[in-house]
Amino acid sequence: MATLISVPIFTALLILQTAVISRIPLLHGTADLVLLAVLAWGLQKRVQTAWQWGIIGGLMVGIVSALPLGTSLVSYLLAVMIALALRQRVWQVPILAMFVATFFGTLLTQAIAVIALRLYGNAIPFGEAFSLITLPSVLLNLLLAIPAYALLGDLAHWLYPEELEV
Amino acid sequence: MSSPSSRTIQTVVLALLVIGLIALALGGYLTPISRYILTPLVTAQTWLATRFQALQSYISAPQDVARIRQRNTELEAQVSKLQAEIIDLKQQIAETRILSALVGFARANPDNQYSAAAVIGRDASPFLQYVIINRGSDNGIRRGMPVVNDQGLVGRIAAVTATASRVQLITDNASTINVRLDPSQAQGVLQGQITGDVLVNMIPQSANVQIGDLVLTSGLGGTYPPNILIGQVTGVRKRDYDLFQSASIQPAVDFSQLQIVLVITNFHPVDIGPLVPTQVAP
Repeated sequence: MATLISVPIFTALLILQTAVISRIPLLHGTADLVLLAVLAWGLQKRVQTAWQWGIIGGLMVGIVSALPLGTSLVSYLLAVMIALALRQRVWQVPILAMFVATFFGTLLTQAIAVIALRLYGNAIPFGEAFSLITLPSVLLNLLLAIPAYALLGDLAHWLYPEELEV
Repeated sequence: MSSPSSRTIQTVVLALLVIGLIALALGGYLTPISRYILTPLVTAQTWLATRFQALQSYISAPQDVARIRQRNTELEAQVSKLQAEIIDLKQQIAETRILSALVGFARANPDNQYSAAAVIGRDASPFLQYVIINRGSDNGIRRGMPVVNDQGLVGRIAAVTATASRVQLITDNASTINVRLDPSQAQGVLQGQITGDVLVNMIPQSANVQIGDLVLTSGLGGTYPPNILIGQVTGVRKRDYDLFQSASIQPAVDFSQLQIVLVITNFHPVDIGPLVPTQVAP
C-alpha cells in the first residue's frame, strides 16, 4: 500500500512539475517536486518504503525527462541514502534534517545530471550550470521543503499510525 | 322676509351672472385675472408638495436603501459574471490570434504539411531545453521532424510516444543546426546554450556579417528543411587570431511563451551518419 500509493502521488507531482513548476524558473533553475517528495518520505521515522519510493520516482522521472537513461534513478536513490542517513542521526529535529537533505540532495542530483549529460556528449559548462541553475534550484527547493515535509508527514501518519500502549 | 317674486329675481340674476362668467371664461377674458389668483396658489402648493415629498422620502428611506443594496448586490454579481466572460473571451481571442498566425504561416509555406500541437509541459530537468507536445505517433509524428511556429524555427522531435512527443528546442545546449546568414550567405553552425541563448559558430573569417542579418536554416546535413527563419544577429565576435568568427543571435521565437506549434510532417530527416568518413585502422 505504502509503495503503491507513490505511483499516483508521483504522477500528480510530475504533471505539476512539467506543466507548472518548470515554467517558473529562478534564473534558470527550477524546483524538483519529486526529489522533495522522495526526501521528505525518507525522513519520516516510521516509513519503511523509502527505497521503493526512490526507485519509482527515479523511473517515472526517467520516462518523462530527456536526461540519459538511469540518471534520475541513480540520483534519487542517492538522495534516499542521504535522507536515511540523516534520519538516523538528526531525526529529533526533522525540519533541520529536511533542510540539510534538500540542500545536499539537490546538489547531488544536479551534479549527477551534469556528469551524465557530459558523458553523453552534452558539454554543459560547470561554472554556469552551478551559478545559473544549481544554486537557484537549491533555493527554490529549500522554499518548498517545509510544505513538502508537512504533507508527506501527514501521509506517513495515515499510512503508519502510531501504536497505542495499553 | 322677502317675497317669492324677489327671490325669483335674485335667482335669475345669479344664473345670468354665472352664465356670464362662464361665457367670459370660455371666451378667454378671465385669463389675466385667473393668473393673478392662481400664481400664489401654485407657489404655495409647490412649496408644500416639495416639503412633503422630502419628508416622505426621509421616512421611506430605509426601505429604499435595502432595495438599493439588494440591487447593488445583483449588479455586482452581474459585473463579476461579465468580467469572467471577458477573461474567457480574451483567452479565446488570444488563442484565435495564435491559430490565425499559424494558419497564415502554413499558407505562406504551402510546400509543407503541418500538424498543430499544443505545448503541455517542459522537461523536468532545468539543464535541458525540451518541451512536451500533445501529438504523437498516432498523429503521424515521427522522430526528427522539424517543429516551427509562425515566428520561426522551434526545434525538432526528439522522442515520440503514441499520444505525446518531446521536442528539443534550438536553445538546448546539445542542439546544433547548420545555418546560413542573409544577406551575406555565410554558413555557420547554430548552437544552444544552457542560458537559453543561441550562438552561431564556425562562420568563415572572410564573411561580412553585420548586426541585423537574418539567420536561416541552410538545409545542410539533412536534419532541417532550408530557409526557415531562426532569428537575427545581435552581435559579432571577430578576432584576427581565431579560425572562425561567431555571432550571438536573438531567436525569432519567444520560447517562454510557447503555446501552440506546428510539426512539419512531410519532412523526413536524412541520416548522413554512414556517409561521414571514419578513420580505418591500418
